[in-house]
Amino acid sequence: MTLELRQIEKTLGTDVHIHPTDLVLEAGGFNILLGTTLSGKTTLMQLMAGLDRPTGGTLHFNGKDVTGMRVQNRNVSMVYQQFINYPNFTVYENIASPLRVARMPDAEIKKRVGAMADLMRLSPMLDRKPAELSGGQQQRTALARALVKDSELVLLDEPLANLDFKLREELREELPKLFADRNCIVVYATTEPIEALLLGGSTATLHEGRVTQFGPTGDVYRNPKDVISAQVFSEPPMNTATVRKVGDRVDLGGIAYWPCPAVLSDKPDGDYQIGLRPHHVTPAANTPDGAQDGCVKISGEVLVTELSGSESTVHFKVGPEVWVSLAHGIHSFGVGEVADLQADLSRAFYFGADGALISS
Amino acid sequence: MKRTAIVPALYIVFLMLPIYWLVSMSFKTTNEILGGFSLYPRDFTLENYIVIFTDPVWYTGYLNSMAYVSLNTVLSVACALPAAYAFSRYRFIGDKHLFFWLLTNRMAPPAVFALPFFQLYSAVGLFDTHIAVALSHTLFNIPLAVWILEGFMSGVPKELDETAYVDGHSFWSFFLKIFIPTIAAGIGVACFFCFMFSWVELLLAKTLTAVEAKPIAATMTRTASTSGYELGLLAAAGTLTIVPGAFVIYFVRNYIAKGFALGRV
Repeated sequence: MTLELRQIEKTLGTDVHIHPTDLVLEAGGFNILLGTTLSGKTTLMQLMAGLDRPTGGTLHFNGKDVTGMRVQNRNVSMVYQQFINYPNFTVYENIASPLRVARMPDAEIKKRVGAMADLMRLSPMLDRKPAELSGGQQQRTALARALVKDSELVLLDEPLANLDFKLREELREELPKLFADRNCIVVYATTEPIEALLLGGSTATLHEGRVTQFGPTGDVYRNPKDVISAQVFSEPPMNTATVRKVGDRVDLGGIAYWPCPAVLSDKPDGDYQIGLRPHHVTPAANTPDGAQDGCVKISGEVLVTELSGSESTVHFKVGPEVWVSLAHGIHSFGVGEVADLQADLSRAFYFGADGALISS
Repeated sequence: MKRTAIVPALYIVFLMLPIYWLVSMSFKTTNEILGGFSLYPRDFTLENYIVIFTDPVWYTGYLNSMAYVSLNTVLSVACALPAAYAFSRYRFIGDKHLFFWLLTNRMAPPAVFALPFFQLYSAVGLFDTHIAVALSHTLFNIPLAVWILEGFMSGVPKELDETAYVDGHSFWSFFLKIFIPTIAAGIGVACFFCFMFSWVELLLAKTLTAVEAKPIAATMTRTASTSGYELGLLAAAGTLTIVPGAFVIYFVRNYIAKGFALGRV
């Protein structure tokens, strides 16, 4: 089962919401759309569902062109960030709604809704109205309605974003199990890189209406194609700065120098971008040069320190950029203090002037 | 009594005084009303009410008013529902201007329209019919209903529409089975406001009717009749005119404030 987007694009007046996009989504595993708010995740999903017409390109389901087919005639389900249920229907009727529209016999509806309610742990609430449920139960109802009809395409638009922390973790664990033995294409939009990593599958990184990279989630995380994909798939965002290669040395704006890495060795001298994930920038080690092997010491003025239990997040200035360090343990720096940190160069990404990753 | 209760108590007495006076008059004879000052009816009589419920001159006034008010309420809300849905869900050229223009219809005094309406309805043979008054009142009730309903509809996320379509509902199935029950409170409030404005409107109702569709308010404001002043009777008619409003407001009492804010919170 495949859903194929061929040069799908959406413009509204002069605003480009989705740049021409090619994407092939497969059944089995989550297809994750990862991007910040307004990056086009929801628009892309609406185009996939058929709720919105693309201004260009075609949409193919199992090879068949379904562009412009009414959403009612497609076999699609959707769950939103807000808990969307029919307020005047009971939970039972909410879940049964797609089956009733399909004119399924009552006995069959009863069986299916019962089974789905058991799975979603909603059985005691079937006679209640959605407004009388907790947020988690409301979202479970919405999920139940999306899953009860065996649709071929299930679109989940940030389904966990409005839930409390605990409920979110609970439901996030359940989700992959719910879809494990279903033959359908699951598309899951999220703003959180961690959620993408936990759910696995494939990930498409979105930025300003463009899919910047698509592939197995782990690959996209480990081998970002360009600086934007890397920034989208990092929380806190990846630290970047301009470095200059001069001969066999690399210079970070006069703040630090290190020997030229292998990937840059056969590249011409000039400006490149370095990318370092926050957890690869840590407080300086207690060695004579202030850095462990393979690391370089970087000092900068501290802007903010956030302590969250066992982790410290330090925002500090590196030339014109603000970098973030994420380290285990409590490392308290005063605001305005010059902190000594070390960057793990073995984990550094180098990007060319065009933003593309330079790999060996 | 607590001292803090004195001010609200006085306020309520002040507010209720005219209504009390009206109700008390309706149980008095005209002679007692004209004879002197009395705080409560000394010769308590139901005669005024009996006349209203038995004399066709009076009760047809109520029937006429009820007829055109109901007709108007149904017309206004039925036209406003699809209009409000369009304003709430779609973007089209001039939508904001059109939406505002609707409200400007309420800004003109009804007297402006009395002459053209009278002439127009006479020309097409609608003069002195219930439908004429009902139609003329839609002039200010449809805009009001559109504004109120649009507010309530915009409070419903458009994802609800999309979910229904995804579930396979057609537009009408969604609109009638899911959307209308969802905004039932809004429809109730819109009905109430249409009812209220149509019920109290006097000028157009009076201008467009003569005998057949004469509203109660027209009968009531005729202070002198062949038998002289009938103040007790007029007071009873007034009291009965308040009742339907009070009755209708009971059902939407929890949503009235939202209605006055045109459905916006």
